[in-house]
Amino acid sequence: MPVQYSGVIDEHLAVRGACGLFDVSHMGEVEVSGKGALKAVQRLMTNDIERVVDGQCQYTLLCYPDGGVVDDCIVYRFNSERFLFCVNASNTEKASEWIKANSSGALVEDLSPEYAQLALQGPKSVEVLRPLLDIDPSEIKHFHFVMGELSGSIEAIVSRTGYTGEDGFEIYLPVADAEAVWDALMDSGRQYGIKPIGLGARDTLRLEMGYPLYGHELSEEITPIEAGLKKYVRFGRGFIGEDVLQKQANEGVKKTLVGFKMKDPGIPRTGYEIYIGGKAAGKVTSGTLSPSLNAGIGMGFIDSALKGPEIEVMIRNRAAKAMTAKPPFYQSELQTKKAAV
Amino acid sequence: MEFPKDLKYTKEHEWVKVDGSIATVGITDYAQDSLGDVVYVELPQEGGSVTKNEPFGVVESVKAVSDLYSPVSGSVAEVNDAIIDSPEVINDDPYGDAWMIRVEVHSPNDLSDLLSAEEYQKYIEEEK
Repeated sequence: MPVQYSGVIDEHLAVRGACGLFDVSHMGEVEVSGKGALKAVQRLMTNDIERVVDGQCQYTLLCYPDGGVVDDCIVYRFNSERFLFCVNASNTEKASEWIKANSSGALVEDLSPEYAQLALQGPKSVEVLRPLLDIDPSEIKHFHFVMGELSGSIEAIVSRTGYTGEDGFEIYLPVADAEAVWDALMDSGRQYGIKPIGLGARDTLRLEMGYPLYGHELSEEITPIEAGLKKYVRFGRGFIGEDVLQKQANEGVKKTLVGFKMKDPGIPRTGYEIYIGGKAAGKVTSGTLSPSLNAGIGMGFIDSALKGPEIEVMIRNRAAKAMTAKPPFYQSELQTKKAAV
Repeated sequence: MEFPKDLKYTKEHEWVKVDGSIATVGITDYAQDSLGDVVYVELPQEGGSVTKNEPFGVVESVKAVSDLYSPVSGSVAEVNDAIIDSPEVINDDPYGDAWMIRVEVHSPNDLSDLLSAEEYQKYIEEEK
């Protein structure tokens, strides 16, 4: 996946306004199956896969016993004996080994080499996908998936998910078919102004939504509670790391992840220091210029004892003012719809 | 990609136009293309001074921050404030509207080691 095709801003605005296509085949896919699968998966996940039905997927964290994050992923529930974890590219080996080591009684297979993954994102995604898929894509509910046929004969997992905050689909298909489906989607999307999207816009799109990125807002040293992801942690189930997370949820955490928007000129970047009331308070974990807002936005960890809303980001030895704000920084059509329901 | 013959160039990808004792400085077509969408620029104050091979400002694309290195030493006679409000001009017209600063050069020797268009083009071919 290149950093950019036509340019980060151009690609970003295409996804917000119409549609974009991402080749995210670098993502990993790990399948857990067999009689013991449900029990194993439930012990690995901070979220609760029993709260969803077959054909639904769920965002979750996988934690070490100390609460640090192995990876964040989406789990696909085919049935109580078959689950697929979509994991981060850079964590595929680590995550698949962790899942294997903690899945006695289940079969674990790293299927990453077999799957390509395309993400079709943006308000026109349903229209773009419709002529290719044997099922009406508008029938797939948010965070549900189907086993569908693309272009008549290509079997694929099609889920109504994404990493942009827009309506859209993630499509898992055999590697050999990926190029043909990519071309077919680009053709179908031409009339709507579809564009290929690179890593640069993938990052600005997720940052406008305040979605965490492993290695930035999540790591082996950061817990889901510190990262503000408590709603994806379901206590009382005996998952790995639960004791530590429960304690943090009860007693509070020393550092907290916040989102912020710049008031002064300047673009926050990973590693820049954050000050509150003249005191060193933390560091920026991700930052960019938001193409939708044309302002600097970012996320970072701050000392929980020091509260905003006004903070200062040190940009090249200059203290630039910013205001903490709860993401998303940009209201997509999808979110407006969800809020109205 | 264009490299006008009447300009001089640096290995840090700035261009210089010399007119008497005044050197006008900007970044090259190659630099703007490598950066991608330029969204932010920091330039020195008029009347300040710049030093050859030292940073005099910053350009940022969506993805990255890059220092601007001064090809000459001298005092800043003029600053192009327009590109601070419209940094995208740097992508659109790097040799024209997107000039960055005009420097009153103290030592004409500063100009002697600057690259010609041919030399610069050869340099970036090798760097690729």
